[in-house]
Amino acid sequence: MTSYIRPYLNQLEAEAIYVMREVVAQFERPVLLFSGGKDSILLVHLARRAFYPGRIPFPLLHIDTGHNFVETLEFRDRLVRELEAQLIVRYVQDAIDQGRVVEETGPSASRNVLQTVTLLDALTELKADAAIGGARRDEEKARAKERFFSHRDRFGQWDPKNQRPELWNLYNGRKHLGEHFRVFPLSNWTEMDIWYFIQQQGIEMPSLYFAHRRDVFRRDSMTLAATPYLPLLPGERTQNRLIRFRTIGDMTCTGAVESTATTVEEIIAELTASRVTERGTRADDKRTETAMEDRKKQGYF
Amino acid sequence: MLSGDLLRFTTAGSVDDGKSTLIGRLLLDSKAILEDTLAAMERASKQRGDPYLDLALLTDGLRAEREQGITIDVAYRYFSTPRRKFIIADTPGHVQYTRNMVTGASTAELAIVLIDARKGVLTQSKRHGFLASLLQIPHILVAVNKMDLVDFDESTFQAIVEDYRGFASKLAVQDIAFIPISALLGDNVVNRGVNMPWYDGPSLLHHLEHVNVGAGRNLVDFRFPVQMALRPHQDFRGFAGQIASGSITPGEEVVALPSGRTSRVRKISTYGGELAEASAGDSVVIVLEDELDVSRGDMLVRRHNLPQVASRFECILCWMNEEPLNPEGTYLLQHTTRQVRATISELNYRIDVDTLHREPAQTLQLNEIGRVQLTTSQPLFFDPYQINRATGGFILIDPYTHNTVAAGMIRGQAQELDDIAPRTPERPKSSNVVWESTAIMRAAREERNGHQAAMLWFTGLSGSGKTTVARLLERRLFAVGAQTFYLDGDNVRHGLNGDLGFSAADRQENIRRVAEVARLAFDHGAIVICTFISPFERDRKFARSLLPEGRFIEIFTKCDIELCKRRDPKGLYAKALRGEIQEFTGISSPYEAPTAAELVIETDLVSAEDAVEQIIGELARRGIIERR
Repeated sequence: MTSYIRPYLNQLEAEAIYVMREVVAQFERPVLLFSGGKDSILLVHLARRAFYPGRIPFPLLHIDTGHNFVETLEFRDRLVRELEAQLIVRYVQDAIDQGRVVEETGPSASRNVLQTVTLLDALTELKADAAIGGARRDEEKARAKERFFSHRDRFGQWDPKNQRPELWNLYNGRKHLGEHFRVFPLSNWTEMDIWYFIQQQGIEMPSLYFAHRRDVFRRDSMTLAATPYLPLLPGERTQNRLIRFRTIGDMTCTGAVESTATTVEEIIAELTASRVTERGTRADDKRTETAMEDRKKQGYF
Repeated sequence: MLSGDLLRFTTAGSVDDGKSTLIGRLLLDSKAILEDTLAAMERASKQRGDPYLDLALLTDGLRAEREQGITIDVAYRYFSTPRRKFIIADTPGHVQYTRNMVTGASTAELAIVLIDARKGVLTQSKRHGFLASLLQIPHILVAVNKMDLVDFDESTFQAIVEDYRGFASKLAVQDIAFIPISALLGDNVVNRGVNMPWYDGPSLLHHLEHVNVGAGRNLVDFRFPVQMALRPHQDFRGFAGQIASGSITPGEEVVALPSGRTSRVRKISTYGGELAEASAGDSVVIVLEDELDVSRGDMLVRRHNLPQVASRFECILCWMNEEPLNPEGTYLLQHTTRQVRATISELNYRIDVDTLHREPAQTLQLNEIGRVQLTTSQPLFFDPYQINRATGGFILIDPYTHNTVAAGMIRGQAQELDDIAPRTPERPKSSNVVWESTAIMRAAREERNGHQAAMLWFTGLSGSGKTTVARLLERRLFAVGAQTFYLDGDNVRHGLNGDLGFSAADRQENIRRVAEVARLAFDHGAIVICTFISPFERDRKFARSLLPEGRFIEIFTKCDIELCKRRDPKGLYAKALRGEIQEFTGISSPYEAPTAAELVIETDLVSAEDAVEQIIGELARRGIIERR
């Protein structure tokens, strides 16, 4: 006989599965926003579980900035093959070529902000009425008040003062034509929970998360991977160091940390001892104190 | 770490009670705040010219709040200790934000009510307690904060405790604890501190780590709202959902609502493999033996433990929208996975959350709470909220704006003329209780006893041999070391049920009480032997509904009434026939013979010893005791 009180990881998993099933039951054309990071990889695995033995009943949507790590793309394609999932890729480069957006210039130019336009274009094109994302409430202050079902107006914008109350596990996905929802099944997970679950379930993660040697350079107290997308400034020089990434995003703004952790167990041990939050390695949040909130209002992931 | 469980709690307090500071202190002292976050806080604190590190900066997330200096929405915070993971729903305490408190409380198992030691019990402290009890949060923890500003004075603390206890006795709250703290300095938050040697209770975190979780969950009544049917290929058809309450095992009989069709659970499927048992909170796929037409919004339940089914019911509504309740309007009602249309058939009264007075009302405004009767376009399958939070709560949605406009808690079916006919007894619950699962699980007790728990329910006419067979049976079980518990009809009427007569209503109450007592003994691992005439099928069904399938064994001692009259061991038939006893079963009151008893013993044909052999054989066959 099993105990009634579940170890909490199972509760988090059951909650995420419940939320994804609600999405499929309540929306016509959901998509899963795939970024290549551990949270969205976990999300894909949980989607697989939610509808097992059936296939994942919605496509994965990847907004490719053109500045991805090659490891990310290889891992993505293999995951899609193994889970027999459907993948849709849309390119920031297309929006630049069409003159929809103007690329930032200068040494810290990043396409991270431009993603928003490509994403909203893609959601419109696919007539997607729900976009499932891997965001967690523990990541950043502005996300602590985010809902599981987050309403976006017809411009894809988030209004923090006009969010619906969420009671019990009753999620209201009703909306007007042209509006859509962002849905966050991992809302209640913390970074540690993600790793404990990966460990417990033996889920494979991209090699970027594990310690490896790479050419890197320092800029604005961050360690960045050497890449043609980031020309070196006078005084900067690359060094070959043993590093790993705590988050995986666009190469231009994903910081590395010095690490010797080569297994999930070692990563957990490292994180337990570490004293910097995950987003502390992201350049895009450091721009202003309310950077995340501002980007969310515009329709960022 | 992986073996830890999860506690969701809510914090309520007004701006000045130091709620954000308390949360900041919990996160800081439990080491959930990391270096860069702390550095950002220090930067911001310095910029505003605060004399000390403002812990509240950690939780006041949105820009608008920082500008106004108040929290305006529910924020969720996370931390964990080696014992537990915690989810804090941090809700603002302003009068205009009842909406947020109700939202945060809906998923919480514990509420921290903050009281400023200098100010004592204010109206808003009472409001928080009232909302916590309305939402059926099982545990309340009153944190008396700012003890540093009253010189850590014990009598100040004691006066607040007494004051609040007096108020709480009027609410449906059983477990309430009081802790004197200083969130600013940290006393009794995570560490005990040295300033209050007179306080010998646990620190606040210690209390959070040790309070019983799961008390808010109903583990008895199996309810499975279907989220969707899964049919990936020809050979697989299952129903996906999260078990709202109770538990289920393969092989058990279930009923699909609303169709009322029955089938058995063939398997409980998950990605990780098939389960031998699934219980409240599990997300699973249930595959049935038969092809039933089941879809989203339907509910699977146990045949002998049905929810209420009604399209008109009483409820408490908490209004959450700027647009007030339109008593003539139609709303969408979302309950479990079911969505129906609802109209307000009656607005009974509004509750003043500060005085708890009832007032007549024409409508409900934002943040107001009232009692109403709703009528739905299709029936709901529900349990009263105080028995089952998962199947008693619902939301109302405006069909035009699509906003969630109200939270509702069902109290029960609305009484209508055709409802007054006798029904299966319900399970009433006193207002001041919280179900405490016995700390030792039944499984552990069963393992030590060396047998499973069960309820053997003897039914039959007076003189049909129930007591004779049951006594002999108990001696046999006792002799082999079994844990037995014997409840007899005559004996309970000397004490527990001494106030009851023999009318149909009193008989029903008689059985209800003994069935509940028997269930408690069952939970303690016993083989419970009950001998009651129990002439009515619906009463026996009720007793059956309290137990997991396979553990209730109905034993019908079948005997010709003429033989019973001749036996008449207590001289009762003689009296009844002389008209000295009213409503005597078999003479002046009916006996409804069981149609599906697990065991029928024809006591006019077999001896008591043979009957006992028959029962022992059946218990062994069912795996309740070991076969010898």
